[in-house]
Amino acid sequence: MPEYDISKVFSTITLDQVVAARVPWSGVVRKGQVLRIIDLESQQAVDALFYNAHAYHERYSAQDTLVNQGAAYIGKGGRLFSNEGNVLMTVVEDTCGRHDTLAGACSCESNTVRFGHETKYMHACRENFLLEVEKYGMSKRDIVNNVNFFMNVPIMQNGELVIDDGLSAPGGFVDLRAEMDTLVVVSNCPQVNNPCNGFTPTPIRVVIGDPVSI
Amino acid sequence: MQIDQQMPEWYRARYNQLRDQALLAESGARPTFTPIEMTESSVLHRETIPGGWYWSTLLPRGQALRLINTSGNNGVSVGLWNADDLSERYNAGDTIKLQWTTCLTTGRVLFSDMGRVLTSIIGDSCGFSDTLAGGSTPQSNARNFGNEGLRNTRNNLRLIAGKHGMAQHDVTSCITFFSHISTQADGSFRWIDGDIRAGDHVDLRAEMNLLVAVSNCPHPLAPEKSFAPGPIEAVRWQAPAIKPDDLCRTFCEEARRGFENTDPLFV
Ligand SMILES: [Zn+2]
Repeated sequence: MPEYDISKVFSTITLDQVVAARVPWSGVVRKGQVLRIIDLESQQAVDALFYNAHAYHERYSAQDTLVNQGAAYIGKGGRLFSNEGNVLMTVVEDTCGRHDTLAGACSCESNTVRFGHETKYMHACRENFLLEVEKYGMSKRDIVNNVNFFMNVPIMQNGELVIDDGLSAPGGFVDLRAEMDTLVVVSNCPQVNNPCNGFTPTPIRVVIGDPVSI
Repeated sequence: MQIDQQMPEWYRARYNQLRDQALLAESGARPTFTPIEMTESSVLHRETIPGGWYWSTLLPRGQALRLINTSGNNGVSVGLWNADDLSERYNAGDTIKLQWTTCLTTGRVLFSDMGRVLTSIIGDSCGFSDTLAGGSTPQSNARNFGNEGLRNTRNNLRLIAGKHGMAQHDVTSCITFFSHISTQADGSFRWIDGDIRAGDHVDLRAEMNLLVAVSNCPHPLAPEKSFAPGPIEAVRWQAPAIKPDDLCRTFCEEARRGFENTDPLFV
């Protein structure tokens, strides 16, 4: 099991914050720093977008990431590519095994299609994303397919795809090392209509710090 | 009933029911429907797109675009925007998630980021497309052909977007037809050889007024060692009036609800 004690992992901690269930968060991770996202109570989907902190038009691209690694999931060693073909962040530690980058974020509009029109007025990740990216002068056009940490989306050889129960345990975490100064925008997913949160959204913890040099 | 205040068990039972119904639609026998044929009298415009190049068209609701893989190329990529509101565009994640499948062929629809149907796939003689790995980029050309300066889908789509007043951030995910990719249990992609034939075609019917972008570049995971895509043909044609048994509108409950979100734009 990778080290959980953050005092042994980080030499300095610049941010350590609990993000309540259903709400957004954003912050800049400087090049060389590590962002740890901790799934405090287990099975919580954490939807995340990534932007070059100095030029927001360069941002996470799911299709670049998938084609460059030739695989559908992200795990330890995985690199998050931008739409310019650069690496934004690298997954340097991971207790979960794999994370989704295909299914994107929930939205009020897609909820009506997937779960029925009666779910239209339920809070959704894209509402979180929109309010958060607008703080940086961005708009809906800047919201792209995102990473869903701790979310389990198995794909069959025939193409069948479901969202299954999350695999992460309480205290599970993922460590992302910034390869450039990166703005990270998170929606702590409020979805209750599929098992991405075990049907019960729970808080997460985010820590940014300088890693202990090895 | 308060949909946002139920117990987890209630949501789980509901999810399982929706999942089982959706997977049955995919695996069960396809419903009978009237095939939609393109007739010569319905043709509005023809264009030949050279290998490596791009082309775009406005496609009003009710018209269809036939892409003919004249040369048997491994991949033709397509980007889609709502022509009346360019901030609305193709969303690969929603398209596969909402239909519970990555297998997008005849009977399936492509969704925008606003829960609406952009286009129906009303014909597909090939049967294989990929919307996970996306189109080629300068980096994939460098890796595949040792030359990042070759024409690529990323830049082709950016050129089309730019010529319609959009910018880099408007080019996100695309779908690549005539590409057979299989996802292995460990998540790795495998290109399946032997399924792409010269002369195959795909028919996309516009369900709203669309800007359609086409890039004639090989899929980045295709096995060719040299960059030599041949020309393809694009045909814009008038699709017949929609019948009550229209496959794309009746195939699954999710698509039906997507059309319920789309059609009110036009009444
Ligand atoms: Zn969500």
